[in-house]
Amino acid sequence: MSETLVKIRGLTFSRGNNLIFDNVDMDIPRKGITAIMGPSGTGKTTLLKLIGGQLQPDSGSIEVDGQNIHQLKTRELYELRKRMGMLFQSGALLTDLSVFENVAYPIREHTRLSESMIRQLVLMKLNAVGLRGARDLEPAELSGGMSRRVSMARAIALDPMMIMYDEPFTGQDPISMGVLVKLIKSLNDALNFCSIVVSHDVRETMSIADYVYLISAGTVVEHGTPEAITNSESEWTRQFIKGLADGPVPFHVKATPLLDDLLTTAERKRG
Amino acid sequence: MVETILNRTQMLGRATLDGFARLGRASLFLLEVLSNLGGMLKRPGLLIKQLFSVGVQTLIIIVVAGLFVGMVMALQSYYALVDFGAENSVSVMVVLSLLRELGPVITALLFAGRAGSALTAEIGLMKTTEQLSGMEMMAVNPIERIVAPRFLAGVIAMPLLAAIFSAVGVMGGYLVAVELLGLDAGAFWSQAQENVELIDDLGNGMIKSLVFGVVVSWIAVFEGYDCIPTSEGLGQATTRTVVYGSLAILVLDFVLTALMFGK
Repeated sequence: MSETLVKIRGLTFSRGNNLIFDNVDMDIPRKGITAIMGPSGTGKTTLLKLIGGQLQPDSGSIEVDGQNIHQLKTRELYELRKRMGMLFQSGALLTDLSVFENVAYPIREHTRLSESMIRQLVLMKLNAVGLRGARDLEPAELSGGMSRRVSMARAIALDPMMIMYDEPFTGQDPISMGVLVKLIKSLNDALNFCSIVVSHDVRETMSIADYVYLISAGTVVEHGTPEAITNSESEWTRQFIKGLADGPVPFHVKATPLLDDLLTTAERKRG
Repeated sequence: MVETILNRTQMLGRATLDGFARLGRASLFLLEVLSNLGGMLKRPGLLIKQLFSVGVQTLIIIVVAGLFVGMVMALQSYYALVDFGAENSVSVMVVLSLLRELGPVITALLFAGRAGSALTAEIGLMKTTEQLSGMEMMAVNPIERIVAPRFLAGVIAMPLLAAIFSAVGVMGGYLVAVELLGLDAGAFWSQAQENVELIDDLGNGMIKSLVFGVVVSWIAVFEGYDCIPTSEGLGQATTRTVVYGSLAILVLDFVLTALMFGK
């Protein structure tokens, strides 16, 4: 069995005239936490949707567990997705079902287990994310962090080979963030599978990642272990990791000199 | 000047192309929904739940509207016919207009406003909150689980609601004509019975409402599924459902009437 679970080769994807990925190569290992980081709007979520087969690339290939995901028939794709979990930024819980039923949903859909067995499984999954006591709540009664934890329990309901996290830390208070960081790490250690974390929260992501890809402007800027990324010589990487206001990504958007601009405006008004 | 004309022409061309592209997407979407009806029927609970939501919950508005439309029809017919001493034919006018036109058309318009907009908003919100994407990633087909039951429920509910609308409308007409205006109850019913044909009037009215059911439900579920996943996009999609749905009903009503009742 190959050590690489997700193999991306020559991936090119655009929306209209906007090129999101330009000939990107990536190898995501079968075990461990791989972080994909980059500034907002670089297409990190799009990359997850491409890996999940929800979007079609312009060219290039994405293999998941040896299968080219964009050449699969619908039925084969759905079979593969049963082994792929995904945590959406919003949690994406079904709002007309309780917490318990949300976690039970994929089990009910894809297995013929007895009701008592489903109950045991759901309670175990909810216990793993610390929300066994919230099983009767409705999604509307949950905080953002709790929604994501329920979504995590649902994502691991069918014991997948991988789980993709889309911006799991965005908009969380420090306690919720700490809980999510710990959960991603502990789930990965306990289930010994592949976790792909897409995020721009550098400190939290780097603290749990085994391998990091930095993407920007449609290409992989750098990749390596968190230590290698932290000690990188690249100015762009240093700016991103340390959150510096100015650097290769300038503070000012490209414009004519300020004085010229001010004078031109004044003359135009006078004219 | 030339540039303005060129720009306008270009905009017109783009809008036309976008319109056709949307129509194409909607047609493919309908095919996909139809092909998933079989899978959906294995879970009848989904359909029953939606029948309650789009059918039963629309019933009150249909009953109230039907009652008053029937009453107004009876009044107007009476005022028009009494001058010719033909007031006993009030029931014929009430029943025929309800069965052939008002029942199917007003039911469909009310359905588009009440249930159609709700379908679009519900599916659109599920798209906006990534619930549909979430289902896809759980290897569950949202067309089969979410869209198909809502579409079929709309198709089934529409003729039933139209039938109830017409029945209540006739009762409203009876109340006004017999109880209020003092026409003979026997004449009211016998005139109606003599002049209404099962296939030509009742049957054609039902076919109309079935066609409206397909079109309005199709527009509603497509607009929800195809909406731009933002609050503004969702609002626009809901508006489009009511506007396109209502226009489609009126245009199709003309076409169907011409086909069915033309000599």
